[in-house]
Amino acid sequence: MNIKTMAEWAAEGRQPEILFWVGCAGSYDDRAQKVTRALCKILDAVGMSFGILGMEETCTGDPARRAGNEFLFQMMAFQNIATLNNYGIKKIVTACPHCFNTLKNEYPEYGGNYEVIHHTQLLQQLMAEGKLKLEGGGSFKGKKITYHDSCYLGRANGVYEAPRAILEALDADLVEMKRCKSNGLCCGAGGAQMFKEDEPGKQRINEARAEEALNTGAGIVASNCPFCMTMLSDGVKAKDKQDEVMVLDLAELIVRNNSL
Amino acid sequence: MVQQILFLLVAITATWYAVRQFGKIRRNVLLGKEEDISGNPGLRWRNVLLVAFGQQKMFTNWIPGVLHLFIYVAFVITQIELIEIFADGLFGWHRFFAPRLGWLYTVIISFIEILSVLAFVATVIFLVRRNVLRVPRFHKPEMKGWPFLDANIILILEILLIVAIFSMNGADILLQQLNPYVYHDTGPLAVSSWLGPMLFGGLNESSLHFVERFGWWLHIGVVFGFLNYLPKSKHLHILLAFPNTYYARLTPRGKMENMPEVTKMVQGMFQPDTAEPPVEEEIPTFGAKDVFHLSWKNLLDAYSCTECGRCTASCPANLTGKKLSPRKIMMDIRDRTEEVGRKLDSKDPQYIREELRGEGVALSGENFGDGRSLFDYISPEEIHACTTCNACVEACPVLINPLEPILKMRRYEILMDSKGPTDWVPMFNSIENGGSPWQMPVSRDHWVNGD
Repeated sequence: MNIKTMAEWAAEGRQPEILFWVGCAGSYDDRAQKVTRALCKILDAVGMSFGILGMEETCTGDPARRAGNEFLFQMMAFQNIATLNNYGIKKIVTACPHCFNTLKNEYPEYGGNYEVIHHTQLLQQLMAEGKLKLEGGGSFKGKKITYHDSCYLGRANGVYEAPRAILEALDADLVEMKRCKSNGLCCGAGGAQMFKEDEPGKQRINEARAEEALNTGAGIVASNCPFCMTMLSDGVKAKDKQDEVMVLDLAELIVRNNSL
Repeated sequence: MVQQILFLLVAITATWYAVRQFGKIRRNVLLGKEEDISGNPGLRWRNVLLVAFGQQKMFTNWIPGVLHLFIYVAFVITQIELIEIFADGLFGWHRFFAPRLGWLYTVIISFIEILSVLAFVATVIFLVRRNVLRVPRFHKPEMKGWPFLDANIILILEILLIVAIFSMNGADILLQQLNPYVYHDTGPLAVSSWLGPMLFGGLNESSLHFVERFGWWLHIGVVFGFLNYLPKSKHLHILLAFPNTYYARLTPRGKMENMPEVTKMVQGMFQPDTAEPPVEEEIPTFGAKDVFHLSWKNLLDAYSCTECGRCTASCPANLTGKKLSPRKIMMDIRDRTEEVGRKLDSKDPQYIREELRGEGVALSGENFGDGRSLFDYISPEEIHACTTCNACVEACPVLINPLEPILKMRRYEILMDSKGPTDWVPMFNSIENGGSPWQMPVSRDHWVNGD
């Protein structure tokens, strides 16, 4: 798989169809890197040209902003917007709902106007256009899968159906948790909680959510966010169910189904 | 005649005092920062109609939704009857509209009666639910004391109101047969026609007259009492739900409010030549320490809160035993606003910020400083526990946003006090120096070489 940076595209005097904003988790976190590569494999398989920013990409500033550090956030925003505008970026896909939200809703205020979509939305589009065909009767047919709505894709941006459409196309048996869609329970990572210890309480939020996921009896917990992924995996581990229950991103489900 | 004078006195006093109190609430809300909230009136009216008037969000949980609807519709419809009570009270008439509207009068009053029965049932269920069944969200720490009593007082006032309606109408039905010249024929009323004879059947005319007057005065008394109780109570939502839904944010939930003063400074760093030269002025307050730094809309939110606790019941931090409760945040903001309001009313110069005190300087919102702030009500532990998941925002039936003030207080803590969770310091440093919240020994595109 040949993954080109925007600098390389620019050197060839060409522009890819879409920029893949990898994000910090997707770049550095071992588990999230697998999702990053899964999405690249899918884009490669459907023949959609894409570029990454590589070393030129930096944190969108989301955790800094939610923690209250507006200076740092805006510094990151202006820096990233300069990079993106320099390459004349029009369309961005990202596998992180936090990056998605910041790029889509918060960058326009500082001069960064792009069409931003989450990878589950892109995957749904590719399926709808017939470019991405999920091989029927695949390994997930009839399998019990539960889906965890991330807060920044769901409540913050109202995207509930695209990820579910993928599960439907996989012929999986989607079992919803009691708290789902607009009532979904947070994994506990948002608002820069990922980077600090929990405040004192009775339970960790990720364990509470993992419990709800385990109660569905599903063998797979589908997620759409690298932070939810970490939180839910840790939660499942805390319940000692890591051998029976897998936490997988929707892109990974497609890669496994189509043996990409 | 005596009753007319008494009514006039009660009406004037109650209205005057209520107007005064509502004026203070308006003044208190406007202690918040100015913010232009306008545009898209179509969508705003839609919110008012669907969410406030139509109670759309109450039906997420349909049982309390339907019960609440009974009380609400009964309350709204009873206002029609109130027009007659007012007219009768002022001019010494009795059931002014009965002979004039004929059968329509029978229909309207019967409709009110049926709704009143439904409201009665709902109110009793609500009392049981709050006091016997002990629904957890009604028994969180912030509900101890006054808030719990407040909720019960309102429910009891509602019961009294319904008792008043049926005493008045029930006795009237019997009096119509005894003295049709004074007691105009109302036609058969849906409930009172059988409930009246059942309750007051054996009474003589003077006793019935007493019951009827008792019901009438209790009705109007509760209404005036309610009007003056509202400004002190969580029940203010029956009025403020309307403006609050109108002025609700229409931007995507995930978008945090910009800080233009920061943008100016950051732009200056990126383009030092084009930036406006720094003017010698007072350093602005970043974020919120006190009600003066919140938007007026945040304060309107606080006054609109009826403490139902749907936000807290959906908050992941609260669900897992953390101290954060979005409802408490809103209650604290209202309490602090009230405290500031009371101190402003006292006109006591000790509440003027020390450096601004002087001969002839009057206390005002601009020079106020009592050495206290929102942080005396809300602890850092609470605001640090928020995951910004928007569940509280989603849950609120009147579109209150508890997340916004939490984030504004975080901004104050970090930008003004340089405090906040110590765990965040390495995260900030890594982002600033390495472009990622983690300090990593490998390059950002290292993943390309994986399996």
